[in-house]
Amino acid sequence: MREIRYIQAINEALREEMRRDPRVFVLGEDIRQGAFGQTKGLVQEFGETRVLDTPISENGFCGAAVGAAMNGLRPVVELMLSSFAYLAMEQILMEGARMEGRYTFGSQIQVPVTFRFLTGASGHNGPQHSDQPYPMFMNNPGLKIVLPSTPFDMKGLLKQAIRDNDPVLVLESINLLGKQGSVPEGDYTVPFGQATLRKEGTDVTVVALLHLVDAALEAAQILEQEGVSVEVIDPRTLVPLDRRTILDSVAKTGRLVIADDSHRTCGAAAEIAAGVADEGFGFLKAPIKRVTRLDVPIPYSEPLEKYVLPNKDRICQAVRDTLR
Amino acid sequence: MSTTAAFTSDKDFLAGMYQKMLTIRLLEEKVLQLLMEGEVPDLYPCAGQEAVPVGVCAALRPQDLITGTYRGMGHMVAKGADLKPIFAELYGRKTGCCKGKGGAKHLAAFDKGVMGAYAIVGASIPIAVGLALAAKMLGKDQLVACFFGDGASNQGSFHESLNLAFIWRVPVIFVCENNLYAASTPLKTSTAVDHIAKRADGYAIKGLTIDGNDVEAVYQATKEAATRALRGEPTLLECLTYRYGGHFAAEDRIGWNYRTAEEIARWKKQDPLERAEIILKDRFGWSSSEKKMLEKGIREEIEEALEFARQSPPPQPLEALEDCYFEMDHNFLWRWPE
Repeated sequence: MREIRYIQAINEALREEMRRDPRVFVLGEDIRQGAFGQTKGLVQEFGETRVLDTPISENGFCGAAVGAAMNGLRPVVELMLSSFAYLAMEQILMEGARMEGRYTFGSQIQVPVTFRFLTGASGHNGPQHSDQPYPMFMNNPGLKIVLPSTPFDMKGLLKQAIRDNDPVLVLESINLLGKQGSVPEGDYTVPFGQATLRKEGTDVTVVALLHLVDAALEAAQILEQEGVSVEVIDPRTLVPLDRRTILDSVAKTGRLVIADDSHRTCGAAAEIAAGVADEGFGFLKAPIKRVTRLDVPIPYSEPLEKYVLPNKDRICQAVRDTLR
Repeated sequence: MSTTAAFTSDKDFLAGMYQKMLTIRLLEEKVLQLLMEGEVPDLYPCAGQEAVPVGVCAALRPQDLITGTYRGMGHMVAKGADLKPIFAELYGRKTGCCKGKGGAKHLAAFDKGVMGAYAIVGASIPIAVGLALAAKMLGKDQLVACFFGDGASNQGSFHESLNLAFIWRVPVIFVCENNLYAASTPLKTSTAVDHIAKRADGYAIKGLTIDGNDVEAVYQATKEAATRALRGEPTLLECLTYRYGGHFAAEDRIGWNYRTAEEIARWKKQDPLERAEIILKDRFGWSSSEKKMLEKGIREEIEEALEFARQSPPPQPLEALEDCYFEMDHNFLWRWPE
């Protein structure tokens, strides 16, 4: 199978969905230029009416996307960086997820809107451009949350998100844009709520999200040489979360490490850990370990940033801790 | 204040608008009584402002859409929503217009084009722009009227939306119900301009200030704004009006006191219903028996709707988990009491 990059998978998913369904259109800041490249070339193929450059009005254009979704279109909104999502929390959560996300109006209307955020810390982006806000959205019912870690999943999950009739948040890892992987040329989707086993193992389960899946796989190789067999699970979607697959793995290994590039307090790792502690306590042979961002803003300088972010060495250390 | 071309309704048309205004007035009277008796828990009164939703909606077509606010009973009635699901929603019943999930602040009638009421001030304005954007992109013959108050014009969403509406040239009318107070805070101390319509200048769209208690003037101005909207020219239509009741129904009971009795009395002399009634009498020789007939019919309709709400079953608790993407696993697979 041919190999393409994660960023190309985004582009291909958007392009194919726009060809398939005339109701799909994209809007966001600088997307005709292709911001970081995800939407490059779309305006040439689909014209300016379906590729809308917006003013820097995050709440305004996220709300307009919700409204357009309520009146027959299937908007795909791009936030150039997930740090900008805070400006649009009101429209994404209150209107997208809670109101027209059916609940307030008792399913009389659907809101098939997709929000795409480029997310994460990429080196030198500093405290206001490096956020991972997905736990805040997890904490608010009504949104589906998708975290693709490979080009294959990116294309299939983004297509699934665009076809979904509820608001969906797709997190695009800034650390994975250049990652290569096998992606079919034709149409396919990846269903929500199905975790995938990235590596089988018997001693410790590592649940990893976004680019930390790769870090976990590298950690597993290192640990293999130490005689430790690591199982790596990639949930792929946080809402819905495939808790069954995680629990089954913990039942087998008895040990759990969660690698999550959000902050530690009330992060995605905290929620996964709480769930396993709740339902799988009897399986556990050691305390659950979390590998996350440290609870400070993300600093600019490289040694500082590196110190704050999770990485493969910390995953290795956490795995060893569960075996002590 | 801008004036629009003089408009003369025919008798039936004006009587029809009067009927809607009277329905809103009497409905609110009834709900406030039920609220005092503890039967209805929540309401945001709109008596005094009836001419705005009624005049605006009279100028819209069935396929046109509106977005409302938590002060939403007037918008519902004006756009032709049935009273029964409104009452049932206030009662939190399954037969309510939002199955009891939205409540008093979120009245909606999608089949009538009432695309929801929003309880975050200013929230509906970007949504209205999006609804209008879809209408334009899909080539629908449809426009959107977006209701909000003077307080909303201090939200970022208002300013972002007017700018978007202009650059996208969407068929929308921004209807500002300026009742001079954002909850208890006077316009004078909270807002840099004396008239909200002036803010249109910043976004290159037409801004008009009209007498919002003159239902014919509201109708006429909306009619003209609708013509512009369908050409892709948005309008900010500021309707000067006044709410007689509190920001929320029980505000006087908790000691809110921010308006003088004189001020309220002064506005009551400009009552939109009385003014329409005078025109009906003077211009069309409307008799008091015609009014009585009308009022009797409305009161019956209200009683029927009330009875419907009272007879409707409350929702089952488990229905709280419907109408939202919901992770069954999360709440039940993982140790939830049976």
